[in-house]
Amino acid sequence: MSAGQALLEVRDLAVSYGGIQAVKGISLEVRQGEIVALVGANGAGKTSTLRAISGLLPYSGEIRHEGTLLRGLPPHRIAARGIAHVPEGRGIFANLTVDENLKLSAWPCRSRAARDRGTERVFALFPRLKERLGQPSGTLSGGEQQMLALGRALMSGAGLLLLDEPSMGLSPLLVKEILAMLTDINRQGVTILLVEQNANMALRMASRGYVFGSGQLELSGTGQELLGDPRVRKAYLGA
Amino acid sequence: MTYLIQQSLNALQLGSVYALIALGYTMVYGVLTMINFAHGDFFMVGAFLCFLSVARLHLPFVPTLLISMAGVALLAVAVEVSAYRPLRKAPRVSAIITALGVGIFLEHFTLALSPYPLHIPPAFENVTWNAGGLAVSSLQVVTVLLSVGLMAALQFVVARTPLGIAMRAVSWDRDTASLLGVPVNRVISATFAIGGALGGAAGMLYALSYPVIDPYMGVLVGWKAFISAVVGGIGDIRGAMLGGYILAAVEIAVAVALPSTYRDFVAFSLLIVLLIFRPYGIFGRPRPQKL
Ligand SMILES: Nc1ncnc2c1ncn2[C@@H]1O[C@H](COP(=O)(O)OP(=O)(O)O)[C@@H](O)[C@H]1O
Ligand SMILES: [Mg+2]
Repeated sequence: MSAGQALLEVRDLAVSYGGIQAVKGISLEVRQGEIVALVGANGAGKTSTLRAISGLLPYSGEIRHEGTLLRGLPPHRIAARGIAHVPEGRGIFANLTVDENLKLSAWPCRSRAARDRGTERVFALFPRLKERLGQPSGTLSGGEQQMLALGRALMSGAGLLLLDEPSMGLSPLLVKEILAMLTDINRQGVTILLVEQNANMALRMASRGYVFGSGQLELSGTGQELLGDPRVRKAYLGA
Repeated sequence: MTYLIQQSLNALQLGSVYALIALGYTMVYGVLTMINFAHGDFFMVGAFLCFLSVARLHLPFVPTLLISMAGVALLAVAVEVSAYRPLRKAPRVSAIITALGVGIFLEHFTLALSPYPLHIPPAFENVTWNAGGLAVSSLQVVTVLLSVGLMAALQFVVARTPLGIAMRAVSWDRDTASLLGVPVNRVISATFAIGGALGGAAGMLYALSYPVIDPYMGVLVGWKAFISAVVGGIGDIRGAMLGGYILAAVEIAVAVALPSTYRDFVAFSLLIVLLIFRPYGIFGRPRPQKL
C-alpha cells in the first residue's frame, strides 16, 4: 500500500431499498490506524453504508479497500480481505456455543498457527470469554455478547473493524468499558470505522468523524472539531 | 410377544428409511427455511440408481450404495444451484412452485426413460434367520445398522466439524455468517449434498426391501418423510430421526390392528392430532425473536 492511500475509500455511495434511497451519494475515507466515527440520527443511513461496504447490499458508487474495488465480491471474500463487520445487534449465533462462535470466524484463516494466534489474542483481550467457552452464547449477558462479537471479529486477524453501534443496549458503565477496549484494540494496529448513537463518546475517541443526516453527509472533521461544532452540539449532544 | 417384536423390527426397518429422507427435508429447511418438495423424488432417483447398479452393472452392495448416495448428492446440488439459488430472494411461493416443478420433472424424466415398473434383483444373498418364531432378514439388519450409522455420522458432522458449525450458523443468520467469512453458498450446497446422499441411501435401501420401483414411488414416501420431519420439529435433526420412527411405528401398529386400507388415514389423523398439541413438533421450538 502506497503512502497517503486510504485503507478504505468510499466514493459517491448510494444505496436504495426498492426505489427508496437510503444513502444518497456519500464519500468518506478511513486511513490506516485511525478510528473514524460515523454519527447521526436514527435512519440516516449509517447501517446501510456499512452493509454496502461488506457486500451485503447492492450499491452504486465506488468502494475501495487497499486500492482494490470491492464491487461484486461476495461478503465472505470481503471478510477474507481483513474487513470484519460486527453488525447492529451483534449477530451472535445464540444456537452455537461461545467456542463455536469463535471457531466460525476462523474460516478465512489459512493456517492453524494463524488461528492459534487469533485465539490467544482474543483471550488476552477478553479473559471472560475463555471462562465461558462451552456455554451456549445465547446465555451470555449483553456485555459478554458484545465482547464475543468483538473477539469473533478479531479472530481472523482483520485489519479493519466495522462496528455498528457496539454500545447499543449496554449500561453506561459497560459502554465505557467496551469503548476503552476499542481504543486498546486500535493501539494494537487495528483500524476502526465506528458507527455510534453515542456521538459524544464516539467523537471523543475518534481521530476523525462524519455526521450523517438522512442519507447525506452533513459535516466532517476531526473528532475535536466536531465536538466543538455548535451544529453538532445542538443536534446530537443535547447542548 | 414374538409378534410384537417382529412388528417392531419391521417398524425399525421402515422408520430408518423415513428418518433418512426426513433428514433431507429438515436440513434444507434448517439452512434455507424452504421445503424442498422435490426431495421425495430425489429418493426415487436413488432407487433407480440402485436398479442401474444392481440389475444393469451387476455391482455388489457397497458400490451400489456409493452410486446411489453420490448420484443423488450430485443431483441435489445441481438442482440447488440451477433452480433454487436464483430464486433465493424471490417470494417464497416461487421457490415452492419451483420445487414442485423439479419433482414433476424428475418423475416424468424417469418415466420417459423407464415407462414400466422395474424389478430389482437382490444386491446380496438375503439370509433369513429364524429363532423362536422370529424372522430376521440380513437385509433388515443391514438397513437398520446402515441407517443408524449414517445418522450417527451426520450427528458428528453437524456437532463437531467446521462445516457443521457453519451450517448451524447459516441457519441462524445467513448474512452474519457471511460477514465472518463463511462461504454461505458453498455451505448451502453442502447441505443439499448431504441431504441428497442420505435420500439416495434411503432410496436404495427401500428399493432392496420393496423391490418393485416406479417413477412415482417418491411421492407418497416423500410426503410421509416430510410429515415425519414436521412431527419431529422441522429444522431439528434429532426430530427428523425420531419422527421417521414414530410414523413407521404408528403405520405398522395401525396395519396390525385394523384393515390395511385404514393405515394411512389413521396414521395421518394421529399426526394431525399431535401437531394440534405440539404445533412446532416434538423438538421444534418457536424461534426466539432476534434483536
Ligand atoms: N431492509 C430495509 N428495507 C427498507 N428500508 C430500509 C431497510 N433498512 C433500512 N431501511 C431504511 O433506510 C434508511 C436508512 O437506514 P439505516 O441505514 O438503518 O440507518 P441508520 O443505521 O443510520 O439508523 C431508513 O430510512 C430505513 O428505514
Ligand atoms: Mg443503524
